Amino acid sequence: MRKYLAAALVLLLGRGRAAKPERVVPEQPANPGAEAAAVVLLFLAALFAIGFIVVYAVDSLPAHTQLLGVALGLSLLCIAAALIVVAKRLVVTEEIVEPYPPVEHPGEQELIVQTVEESGDGLSRRGLFKLGLGAAGGTLGLAALTPALSFGPLFQTKYFRGTPWRKGTRLVDERSRPYRASDIETNDFYTAFPERTTAAAREDLGAAIVLVRLPKSLLQLPPELEGYDADGIVAYSKICTHAGCAISMYRAPLFQPDEPRPALVCPCHYSTFDPTDGGNVLFGPAGRRLPMLPLSIDSKGYLRAKGNFDDEVGPTWWGTHVWRPSP
Amino acid sequence: MIRRTVRWIDTRTATAPLVRKTLRYLFPDHWSFLLGEVALYAFIVLVATGIYLTFFFVDSTREVVYHGPYLPLQGEHMSEAYRSVLNISTTVKAGLLIRQTHHWAANVFIAAIVLHLFRIFFTGAYRKPRGLIYAIGVTMLMLTLLEAYLGYSLVDDLLSGMGLVIGYSVGLSLPFVGANLMSWLFHGPFPGQGVFWPRMYIAHVLLFPIIIGTLLTVHVLLVAMRHHTQFKQTSSETEHAVRGVPTYPGQTPRSLGLLFGTAGILFLLGGLVQINPIWLWGPYHTYVSTNGAQPDWYLGWLIGALRLVPGFDLVIGKYTLVPNPFWGGAAFPLVVFGFLYLWPSIERKLTGDTAFHNLVERPRDNPLRTAVGVGMVTWVLLVFIAGSSDRVYVWLNISYTSQIDVYRVLVFVLPLVAAAIAHRVCEELVAGEKVEADQHAAEAEARLART
Amino acid sequence: MPSVVRREIALSLAVAALAGQGKSLYGQYCVSCHGANGSGVAHGRTIGAAPQRVQEQQNGVGPSLRGVGALAADFYLRTGYMPLHRVGDQPRRTRVVLDDAQIRALVAYVASLGNGPPIPSPHPERGSLATGLHLFTDHCAGCHQVVAQGGVVTGALPPPLVDATDVQIAEAVRIGPYVMPSFSTKTITNRQLDSIVRYVDWVKHPDNRGGWAIGDVGPVPEGLVTWFLAAALLVALCMVVGKRLRRA
Repeated sequence: MRKYLAAALVLLLGRGRAAKPERVVPEQPANPGAEAAAVVLLFLAALFAIGFIVVYAVDSLPAHTQLLGVALGLSLLCIAAALIVVAKRLVVTEEIVEPYPPVEHPGEQELIVQTVEESGDGLSRRGLFKLGLGAAGGTLGLAALTPALSFGPLFQTKYFRGTPWRKGTRLVDERSRPYRASDIETNDFYTAFPERTTAAAREDLGAAIVLVRLPKSLLQLPPELEGYDADGIVAYSKICTHAGCAISMYRAPLFQPDEPRPALVCPCHYSTFDPTDGGNVLFGPAGRRLPMLPLSIDSKGYLRAKGNFDDEVGPTWWGTHVWRPSP
Repeated sequence: MIRRTVRWIDTRTATAPLVRKTLRYLFPDHWSFLLGEVALYAFIVLVATGIYLTFFFVDSTREVVYHGPYLPLQGEHMSEAYRSVLNISTTVKAGLLIRQTHHWAANVFIAAIVLHLFRIFFTGAYRKPRGLIYAIGVTMLMLTLLEAYLGYSLVDDLLSGMGLVIGYSVGLSLPFVGANLMSWLFHGPFPGQGVFWPRMYIAHVLLFPIIIGTLLTVHVLLVAMRHHTQFKQTSSETEHAVRGVPTYPGQTPRSLGLLFGTAGILFLLGGLVQINPIWLWGPYHTYVSTNGAQPDWYLGWLIGALRLVPGFDLVIGKYTLVPNPFWGGAAFPLVVFGFLYLWPSIERKLTGDTAFHNLVERPRDNPLRTAVGVGMVTWVLLVFIAGSSDRVYVWLNISYTSQIDVYRVLVFVLPLVAAAIAHRVCEELVAGEKVEADQHAAEAEARLART
Repeated sequence: MPSVVRREIALSLAVAALAGQGKSLYGQYCVSCHGANGSGVAHGRTIGAAPQRVQEQQNGVGPSLRGVGALAADFYLRTGYMPLHRVGDQPRRTRVVLDDAQIRALVAYVASLGNGPPIPSPHPERGSLATGLHLFTDHCAGCHQVVAQGGVVTGALPPPLVDATDVQIAEAVRIGPYVMPSFSTKTITNRQLDSIVRYVDWVKHPDNRGGWAIGDVGPVPEGLVTWFLAAALLVALCMVVGKRLRRA
């Protein structure tokens, strides 16, 4: 079969040579119309390219980005069009058949094997030599990777448990003004940070909390969270336990009887938490409830943390529940 | 002139035989064979525009106060990274064109790779002797997704920040090692000690492009060494002989035309269609977020999966074995890519066909493969569409929660149905062709008999 | 001084007349859900729906309107939120059923039911765009999307704000319609509200310097353009370029 093909190929090429012995590429008749079109397109491309430079230079033009894009895009498209005209009308489209490269080269393979094997004649204890090579290569590879440990603490996960909240920390708003309990109204929601934190520290996942006030009739905290609210004001971590987005939605029904119940919702995957019962998951992919921060009101009416969160803040990881953070 | 140039090159490089062979390399005939080329050209546009952007981008999360000409963000606290991209989009001349073209090119690059993958998969072009070429291609797709995600995240606008923390949470959810790995990468918990941005930057502009570029070169060289596959369109295309157009003069103007055409379309999009208007989103802080946040399309299947998984963590005693985002964000893509890597050997096991193939099949010629492929595509596509349920709720007013409930069932049912239908359609098509061929043969015979 | 007093008396007489007119409209459109004299209906009872709304038996319940003031009445009537199509639905922006005079009368009546806030008069020109964006991101973007294109919360649809007038924005912030939180002047001062209104006005025609805005919501329409415009064009280009040989 292959021989037959080779013969056909020789015949094909041979025929070409017989007609015009010196040619490699078959003749293509001239096509003045197409040629003119290609030239016009190329000059158009040049024109648009100049247009791009002019638009760039002239600041006063409106819609600068649009004009630049149109000029450059059309210039490129004109070149493309010219090339397609060349391909379809000005150069010959040959149909050539040739054999595929062989699937394998057994002779060559054998020679390689032989070369490698024969070169190892001088080694009498090959096993030991290979072991040495392996040991050197492996350990050197490990040594080369070791400095990558400087990236960050690979084995210290305690930082994942820390939050800036302590017993007595006052709650402040974005402009560092402390919240009074009387500032917090039902149906509104507030973002709070621990007092005296830098802008950078506020980016810690453990820093931001969301505050809402609930009517006492709605509040149904489980026994272990008894007393976490301060006069109906509850505080939860603002960071979703699912994928770490900020919980920036508070579903606050205006008229309870025929509207959805209150909920804190994350806009990333719509995990929905119930603020009335300790942040349990009502809907969505979150696997655990929102961590709750215990609150108290001091003698001047300011809101203070009564301790740390009851559970770990931020997206869940393998050690989330292993040790509770100390209050 | 031509002779002088050729001589100049040959006497210095001794490559005349190689060049001559390359000029007469044969490209088989089918438009779908050009999809990979489109990906390559989008990559070229990406590198070219990306180099421009590196001159203006600052890879720092140091907090600065904005005092530029863009009024809505006057006096806003933001990272230097975000401010630099804001400047690229507002004050750097032609900066926005380059940035938008870069972003469109990324979207199109991955779309072209996916289309190319469909062509390769459904025609069986991955079969021996091209298994390695295929595996490199799948690897590049995976790296490209990561590379694009890093570029998206570098900007530090509100959307990208939300995307990054989700990625971090998926990393954190890896069983046994998640927290350690993320602590190592970010230097502590998110957002880390400000070291992650330079790392992400060098990965995006150097590490990943070099790896992808190298794999791309190997991919293309191996294709050339093995030669392209081909469809059987005439009697001259066989397992042993390739029929096609030579590189020069036939293919070169076509490929260049495609290169310039791709670049032209991308720059037109970059100039005319707004993409990721980061000046509208504002800067990211861990404690703010916006509704309607979505990743770019190529990660849409992952947000869909993250949203579809019911709310549970796998907990044993007090030890969280598998946090929830693992299923949608890590397990799902692992299954999809695992399937892509393993399918060629699975197919060999199932069919016992271990032969070498230079001829590719039409999808209908191999109903089993087509059915499996259609099933997989349906599965991933459904999850992908589920990822946009929130926008569908806004646009079409179909309740989000009921959409999610429906998708949770559909993702298991519909792929099987689609696969069964695909199998049937393939068989019908082939049977139809056979009937037609028989008819033609009978007619020809009848004509012969009459004469 | 006496002239002022006279004017006051004349004004309150006019208001009283208007409120009288409003009372009959109230009886026609509102009383079945909001109860006699705006006392509210806490436990459902079967009613026929309001004129020009879904004509079927419904279980009418509605909040008391005492003390909601002209502010709330003006908002709900001018957005078409009320009368509600169906009890229990999220109020949506729909065609306004009443004409302007009727609305003024009804607003006056509802205002007369209790001591409530008047219709606000925001001054966006006094606000700052940058402050507006910042406050909008803090308080509103989570639901309404940062460019106010609307969003999703489980169980409800925070609407896009493109049709909201200045007054309606100011009213909605104070009321918190349906499940939206309500913001008092302690959280958002009137001055800050001016900035928010200014920002929401601005995002009706935001800075789309990049070209065709495709909705200002980011990746979903961008993905649609990638596939249905860019990829489609490129596949077409491949087809144009790719056909080369004659089929034997």
